[in-house]
Amino acid sequence: MVEKLTGIAASDGIAIAKAYMLVEPDLSFTKESVEDSESEVARLQEAISNAKDELESIRANAVKTLGEEAAQVFDAHAMVLSDPELIQTIESNIKDNKVNAESALQEATDMFIGIFEAMEDNPYMQERAADIRDVRKRVISHLLGVKLPNPSTIDEEVVIIAHDLTPSDTAQLNRDYVKGFVTDIGGRTSHSAIMARSLEIPAIVGSKNITSSVKNDEMVIVDGLEGDVLIQPDENDVQKYEQKAKTFADQRAEWDKLKNEETVTADGKHVELAANIGTPKDLDGVNNNGAEAVGLYRTEFLYMDSNEFPTEEDQFQAYKAVLEGMGDRPVVVRTMDIGGDKELPYLDLPKEMNPFLGYRAIRICLAEPDMFRTQLRALLRASAYGTLRIMFPMIATLKEFREAKAMLMEEKEKLVNEGVEVSEDLQIGIMIEIPAAAVLADKFAKEVDFFSIGTNDLIQYTMAADRMNQQVSYLYQPYNPSILRLVKNVIDAAHHEGKWAGMCGEMAGDQTAVPLLLGLGLDEFSMSASSILKTRSLMKRLSTKDMAELADKAINECDTADEVVALVEEYTK
Amino acid sequence: MEKREFHIIAETGIHARPATLLVQSASKYNSDINLEYKGKSVNLKSIMGVMSLGVGQGSDVTITAEGADEAEAISGVEETMKKEGLAE
Repeated sequence: MVEKLTGIAASDGIAIAKAYMLVEPDLSFTKESVEDSESEVARLQEAISNAKDELESIRANAVKTLGEEAAQVFDAHAMVLSDPELIQTIESNIKDNKVNAESALQEATDMFIGIFEAMEDNPYMQERAADIRDVRKRVISHLLGVKLPNPSTIDEEVVIIAHDLTPSDTAQLNRDYVKGFVTDIGGRTSHSAIMARSLEIPAIVGSKNITSSVKNDEMVIVDGLEGDVLIQPDENDVQKYEQKAKTFADQRAEWDKLKNEETVTADGKHVELAANIGTPKDLDGVNNNGAEAVGLYRTEFLYMDSNEFPTEEDQFQAYKAVLEGMGDRPVVVRTMDIGGDKELPYLDLPKEMNPFLGYRAIRICLAEPDMFRTQLRALLRASAYGTLRIMFPMIATLKEFREAKAMLMEEKEKLVNEGVEVSEDLQIGIMIEIPAAAVLADKFAKEVDFFSIGTNDLIQYTMAADRMNQQVSYLYQPYNPSILRLVKNVIDAAHHEGKWAGMCGEMAGDQTAVPLLLGLGLDEFSMSASSILKTRSLMKRLSTKDMAELADKAINECDTADEVVALVEEYTK
Repeated sequence: MEKREFHIIAETGIHARPATLLVQSASKYNSDINLEYKGKSVNLKSIMGVMSLGVGQGSDVTITAEGADEAEAISGVEETMKKEGLAE
């Protein structure tokens, strides 16, 4: 019988391909005493030699599919594998202690990992500890005769099956062959979901037990529209889903015709549909989907993809590339938003009980002015190459905003004095994601140029529900009247002062939320690039007058999120 | 045996990329090459050995090479030291 799992539909589309298990095999072993040290050393050498061959072929593949830079991590691994001191230490462990190669390797690598991890002031060395761990895994897999998944060697169409996908996992995936993702955990805002939408491939997250339900090479169907996964489907199912995939492709083609059109409602009001991006590479998706702006450029990827703080010049180049790539169209750049679920190996952040309520984003930036000013200078220098809007994240108080703005103005003055060209019509705004700022929006609106509402965090803070915790995921309620009232307060406050209000959270591209947001008067909707055309098509069918009535009823008459959803359905039938 | 002393000027000492290049440079030669610092000696062909010494800015280190190509080895290592801004 065909097995079917249901999870959270995280990215649209249908994929039919073989499963590729990106799951770590069991690498446990026991410490054993071995009398014949010589053959144990030979066993170790053979495993190391096989691991080296394997690394070499992975590297060669990675160069072809991902490029030279991404492949360099494997050079660091090869160096560890050839390290004479390490190998000597393992071999003497085998001989002197009469133990098996696995435990001799474990002991020797633990020693080096311990030394490197103790160098707390030196993030580079701490990363080398991670390299040693990776290499150890590879050699142990050869000693035990089990196979590690090597996603960079994938050379046929697959659906990636994983417990969760980290940024380093996805960096190793070849975009041409990966047709979809299915993961055990995660929600619509987790990294794997965001990644899938930027790759424009279907994805289902939070399926709970996909990794134990499917095996390598089994056929799977991923229905990213409904959130269903079918394992080993029969002929009928394949036909049915091929048809569904075709219908979806046709609809996409229909949406594609709207690519070069402006976004206007049925009654002729223009709203701005913008895209969320993480790197200059994402501009392809922005242009292919006809975005009118970049509403959120998440600069933290510049920091996360690096072994040390990115220099002013590196940052300047990235910002300039995005601004130039967008031409006249505006780009909202969010300053560094590290902390919460995003860590930096080279920034030693304390472990916290509640990282989302802790030391993150603007709070770090104001405490580390050197780091922050480097980013501000890079942004100001880039401002001459396009229409830049700078946005500070996680602002809770006006004092924070004033401090951040003062630093920006100081750096601007310095650059001008140095004779560097800086844009004169730079807008400075804040992200509204902390309820305190949403409530006090009327005061903020007098001092900022714009608001962008970050709903992922605003909802989790308003509901006091960790969005990474599945047990409380039912509280992630974008349509709850409480959230809508906060959003309304922010939009009204902006308009009262003649400023604009946008939204860059998931909610901005949510087809149920869009009619409500239009009715509330939102000016700019920033979403995954892949949602833009679908939303433009929806906007054409909505009239602002009707939607204003809908929003008014939702806010004043509805008690629950469910009632709001029913009301939206009634108004958009 | 060839022996040479270096005063480390690099702000971050011997680690990160320059250390990798130093090890790669040493690995090109057949001679045994060692790095001595604070009475400890490690194989200069071992990235983990070199980095575990934790050589910082302002340190004095001694490099020795012994073998058929010791003269080329020591000058090759010296060149890398200077080119990468590790030592004067």
